[in-house]
Amino acid sequence: MYGALWRVLPGPVWLRIILVLILAAAVVFALFTWVFPLVDAYLNPIDVTVGDQ
Amino acid sequence: MSIVGILGELLLTAGALILLFLGWQLWWNDAIMAGQQSSAASDLSSEWIEADRAARGSEAPPEPADYGDPVVGPAERASGEAFAIMYVPRFGEDSQRRVAEGIGLDVLNSNYLGVGHYPGTQMPGEVGNFAIASHRSAYGGGMHEVDQLQLGDAIYIQTQDGWYTYRFRDFEYVAPEAVDVLSPVPHRPELQPTDRIITLTTCNPLYSTDERIIAYGVLESWQPISAGPPAEIASIVATWES
Repeated sequence: MYGALWRVLPGPVWLRIILVLILAAAVVFALFTWVFPLVDAYLNPIDVTVGDQ
Repeated sequence: MSIVGILGELLLTAGALILLFLGWQLWWNDAIMAGQQSSAASDLSSEWIEADRAARGSEAPPEPADYGDPVVGPAERASGEAFAIMYVPRFGEDSQRRVAEGIGLDVLNSNYLGVGHYPGTQMPGEVGNFAIASHRSAYGGGMHEVDQLQLGDAIYIQTQDGWYTYRFRDFEYVAPEAVDVLSPVPHRPELQPTDRIITLTTCNPLYSTDERIIAYGVLESWQPISAGPPAEIASIVATWES
């Protein structure tokens, strides 16, 4: 999976490393901005109150 | 590539995603929401001070004096209505939060509220128990530093009417079902209250919801909003006005 990605990337090793880092940053950005807030809404809420909730 | 190899990479990816999510929830989103909640609280605080100034016109603020029994605002509040500001200097810079009616997710997980008032408990300054809840970690963590409170630390509550200075008294660690801590006299629902207390409730231990940490405070003094904030926080409150 990741091996295939590495082979698909063009250029010498240093360029591939930079490309991988850019891709990873884009993935993290998408997760933080859209995916995680959405997932959070579907998780069990964290209960901090006393009483029967 | 073998099935096992692909499966292994998928599992590693899943692990990384879960760690990333925790990082997002406990730090990234927590910090963002803390900033949004504290600036929302500063805005509301300044709004009330401004409204009082406008209402008074050129009339001078009252002389420092004994302001008598604290004014208690109306008990009936719409769910989600922000009727107070909580500010605890011990919690650190920008720890001010709006206090809204209700303890649902619409209040506690809101990016401009953050602290909820238990419906049915008393209002700021009232004889009895002004009981509030907030997150300990994540979602802006309005009570993240609660365990650092020391005897006598100030817990300031501002409303449209004025400033209520409570002093931290003691902690208690209870099970999540311990509704008795919200009684006008905590743990003694049959007693008539004579003290004006504040009760902070949040999760314990940090990053867990197994228990609740309860922090009690007692009202020390009250002053009308026209008298300005208590001296100890006057300079900080002044910075909230933009």
